[in-house]
Amino acid sequence: MTEVVSGLAPELKGAKRGSGIVPEASAGERFQSTDVEAFEVPGGREENWRFTPMKRLRGLHDGTAMFAGTAAVSVTETDGVTVETVGRDDSRVGQAGIPADRVAAAAWSAFREATVVTLDGTPEPVTVTVDGPGAGESAALHLQLRTTPHTEATVVLVQRGSGVLADNLEVVLADGSRLNLVVTDEWADDAVHVAAHHLSIGRDATLRAIAVSLGGDLVRVSPTVRYAGPGGDAELLGLGFADAGQHLEQRLLVDHAVPNCKSNVLYKNALQGVKGTTNAHTVWIGDVLIRAAAENTETFEFNRNLVLTEHARADSVPNLEIETGEIAGAGHASATGRFDDEQLFYLQSRGIPEDVARRLVVRGFFGEILQRLPTPELRERLEAAIEAELAIAGA
Amino acid sequence: MSTLEIKDLHASVTTEDGPKEILRGVNLTVRAGETHAIMGPNGSGKSTLAYAIAGHPKYEITSGEVLLDGENVLDMTVDERARAGLFLAMQYPVEVPGVSMANFLRSAATAVRGEAPKLRTWVKEVKGAMNDLDIDPDFADRSVNEGFSGGEKKRHEVLQLALLKPKIAVLDETDSGLDVDALRVVSEGVNRYREGGETGVVLITHYTRILQYIKPDHVHVFAAGRVVESGGPELADDLEKNGYERFVRAAGAAV
Repeated sequence: MTEVVSGLAPELKGAKRGSGIVPEASAGERFQSTDVEAFEVPGGREENWRFTPMKRLRGLHDGTAMFAGTAAVSVTETDGVTVETVGRDDSRVGQAGIPADRVAAAAWSAFREATVVTLDGTPEPVTVTVDGPGAGESAALHLQLRTTPHTEATVVLVQRGSGVLADNLEVVLADGSRLNLVVTDEWADDAVHVAAHHLSIGRDATLRAIAVSLGGDLVRVSPTVRYAGPGGDAELLGLGFADAGQHLEQRLLVDHAVPNCKSNVLYKNALQGVKGTTNAHTVWIGDVLIRAAAENTETFEFNRNLVLTEHARADSVPNLEIETGEIAGAGHASATGRFDDEQLFYLQSRGIPEDVARRLVVRGFFGEILQRLPTPELRERLEAAIEAELAIAGA
Repeated sequence: MSTLEIKDLHASVTTEDGPKEILRGVNLTVRAGETHAIMGPNGSGKSTLAYAIAGHPKYEITSGEVLLDGENVLDMTVDERARAGLFLAMQYPVEVPGVSMANFLRSAATAVRGEAPKLRTWVKEVKGAMNDLDIDPDFADRSVNEGFSGGEKKRHEVLQLALLKPKIAVLDETDSGLDVDALRVVSEGVNRYREGGETGVVLITHYTRILQYIKPDHVHVFAAGRVVESGGPELADDLEKNGYERFVRAAGAAV
């Protein structure tokens, strides 16, 4: 740990190697392991934990969460959909990626059986439901969605209920396949959910993903996109509504390591706090890495936050690393705006009541995401859920 | 036929040094069919009068009354005032990102009329009103006032006037920042609104230019937070020639 460093300039002679945390040089150099013990227990000051309220993680990060509960998984099975329950020794487990933080590794170390859903052909939209383990319980989960070559499918993953859940979601898209994926966090107020999404895009495969974060006390989702071959296309859209006391955290990494791939990230969060309570808090980290080999990459990432009230905080950290000049296009942006008294006055001065004015603004803000939801039923249900969120603090 | 009565209105704004009185006893009565021009130098409080009538939260009414057909407007919320028939065309219309103009106009019309306008007639109505004001139909899909030029914003204020048909409209420096063509288009819009003779207009302006297009029945000089002189259109000609100097001095002496 403290050996003398050799090969330094004369004035640094005798310097000892540091024993502190070595900063990650690049988002792509993250340490990865399926073994929870390979990770230090995070204290909350590490780069990838610094926004997370560690005290509210219910021990997911420090080994005190027992994972004794069960999060039930149910899948609507139709033609072209195969559901299997497999052990961790199944060769497919880990194919899309492995954990890069201690909670994901804890979930990996603790899950008993993995659910593998294979989509083949052009199945009807599939709904996968995960029910939390219940108040006071904690559970670990492992779920894999995979396509066969040239499959075109839609999956809606609904996550709901109470309790504490850590999980790894793997998505393995075979060559030429196309998946519309909607993942919703519709938890009860007590729930804590920490998820790692490992998204593997096959050659010429397309992922259209929409993450919807509405419920829960603390929800932290870390999606990582990797391309297994050229021609892949990933669109990651997100919509979050944080109300008083809620912590919603989205940590994305798009790792472009092969040529001719596309990624497009757009996450929109609305925040609405209440005086005298913990802030409504959203965190968006958008890392995009374009490696030297990833020529002709086209990527754009954008985070927009709409702060509706006081007592709300939006953190946004876009980060783009480019190791090759031969790209088609790369951009990133972040914008946080406030719905202010002047806007409210303007709308009200045209006869529009305050609650309607607020709804207009939030609907307008989320519109471009909501309109891309794959089914009208889902759109209506989530629109209603957002209106309900507005009504809670709208008083 | 509607009447707006402003009686001995006092209003102040909160500043770092405590409340500062801006309106100091405004008296004004506007009846349907009448157009009143309120003219005054910068800082005289004429825009504050407009915002105070509309109910902007920045201004505190310390005494006085504003009555619309006998009802106390000051007891109403901002949106209730608009639904009661008051309209303020703002000098600096606010940008509301994410809300399309079309959606905004329909929501406002629904609120003011008490029911959602029938879609087919509504679309025609909006198109016609936009056409009257030389507004490109593409603006319907754009966010409210976002990225609009000064002139585009003013046209959209008058568009709202045309669609919401208030009983009394207060136009706060609707002429400022307009070139001659835009001023003509906007003025024609205001004249269409008042041509039935059932609506009252309060035209707040710094310059006499707009009065060549919108003929006032009454002209008031506003200085140091109140109406210091009232007269007919000839008063505007006097101001054009001699400026506000004598009123400012007289008002200063009175304070």
